[in-house]
Amino acid sequence: MDERFDAIIVGGGLSGLAAAYTLAEAGQEVLLLERGDYSGAKNITGGRMYIRPIKDMFPDLWEKAPFERGVAHEEVCVMSGSGSLLVRYSGEEAPYQSYSVMRAKFDKYFAKQAERKGVSIVTKTRVDDLVWADGKVAGVIVGDDELRADVVIACDGVMSLIAEKAGLRKPGNPKHYAVGFKEIIELDQELLEARFNLKDDQGVARLFVGDVTKGKFGGGFLYTNKSSISLGMVMGISDLMNEEPMIPAPEMLELFKKRPEVSALIEEGQIVEYSAHVIPEGGYRHLSNLCGNGILVCGDAAGFSINSGMTVRGMEYAMGSGYYAAQAVLKAKELKDFYCTGLSVYEKLLNDSFIMKDFKTFQDVPEAMDNKRLFTYYPELAINMMQKLYDIPDGPKDRIIPTVKGMLGFREIWTIVTKDLRRMMKL
Amino acid sequence: MSEAIQVMGLKAKLGLDVFKNNDEFHIKIVAGCEKDPRLKKAILVCPAGLYSENSEGEVELNQDGCLECGTCRIACGSDLLEWHYPSGGAGVQFRFG
Repeated sequence: MDERFDAIIVGGGLSGLAAAYTLAEAGQEVLLLERGDYSGAKNITGGRMYIRPIKDMFPDLWEKAPFERGVAHEEVCVMSGSGSLLVRYSGEEAPYQSYSVMRAKFDKYFAKQAERKGVSIVTKTRVDDLVWADGKVAGVIVGDDELRADVVIACDGVMSLIAEKAGLRKPGNPKHYAVGFKEIIELDQELLEARFNLKDDQGVARLFVGDVTKGKFGGGFLYTNKSSISLGMVMGISDLMNEEPMIPAPEMLELFKKRPEVSALIEEGQIVEYSAHVIPEGGYRHLSNLCGNGILVCGDAAGFSINSGMTVRGMEYAMGSGYYAAQAVLKAKELKDFYCTGLSVYEKLLNDSFIMKDFKTFQDVPEAMDNKRLFTYYPELAINMMQKLYDIPDGPKDRIIPTVKGMLGFREIWTIVTKDLRRMMKL
Repeated sequence: MSEAIQVMGLKAKLGLDVFKNNDEFHIKIVAGCEKDPRLKKAILVCPAGLYSENSEGEVELNQDGCLECGTCRIACGSDLLEWHYPSGGAGVQFRFG
């Protein structure tokens, strides 16, 4: 392979495919290198993809996209040690704003579309290092081969060893990362639809918070696919390794699945895959450097994922950042400048887009959510209140308001208002 | 059937995944760091349960079933682990994701 490319893209996940697709559409010679047997082979989502912010960037992509179900029902299940409270919000209608998705299927489909645009995709290929020339990244090293290009786009995921080699980021701090681990559980389609009260291609997204993580930062999740359930947990790595009780991650998932609220949902199901993935959750303040001489960083590699409490988003930031990286490369080509001076238009494009606007809006969220009480005190309080409200004792029942007041003494209210609410105002 | 789900061990669960040419060691514990207390964190965080402590108090790593998530690298740092991805076409290949 002695050819020279306009761009070499490291990693065939969503950001890499988005960059490649966009560049090829503009007539560029693009080589995309993917480590797995196929795009999606190394990728995981919870999960669901939100479409709206990115639909116009890839207008031809959506009609035949292999989505599982449109998320018509948003649910939160608050858990204490002994009980739970389930809230279901329904109101979304087709076309849905988010769809449950499986990465092996979606990325494979996206890769096929990118190839149709003219992208050369080489799978089963690990990029080992970067080629440097004239003070800039000039290509990549694969085994004994050197592949050269005007620009390299690092789309190699949350560990981004390529961005590290380029000196654009350092290995991560456990405080700024979470780990997600999940099972795909196949279930008869009719049974699944009846169990979750779903019509046609409707789906549900359910978050679990509270005792599910034993008070640690994180939560459980459940998404319905066509005829399977994605069930798993996301936990802050720092809490998982430093906070009591010290329970290994795989056991946390087993405890979660043993909860009656969960075990009833997966009854008669068959596990078909177990997977895990790290999620960047440091937000705006812990993004990677996005641009170097001859190199751009996109998607998880750059840290583009936001956990805002109610929603965890990453895939549309990945696709969006890939799109803007491609636009930046085209601009740099016009300027004939592939050093940071020419490529840094990427940062400007991101700043003007939903991506950096969201990251700035939600920059205080990681700090606001770093509050143990959200995962212990409030879930317990909610469940205890429910228990008291519905309780009919042997004798006469107390009035409701004094009962609630009894649970919220002056000291509790003081803490809620002065500590928690003030922090939560940043959400 | 639900009983089967409840009792399915981690090894059996990992056995459901597709792994290819998984004979190279892509993660190595840096020699001399086997007893480093920071390395014990890997036992807690690894979703595949691949780290364990032997009777000598050393942390051991069995790479069969590595999901390539990188949690151990983040938890323990690159001073304790020489961490690479498996070579192209090797390691876990998710069929669903």
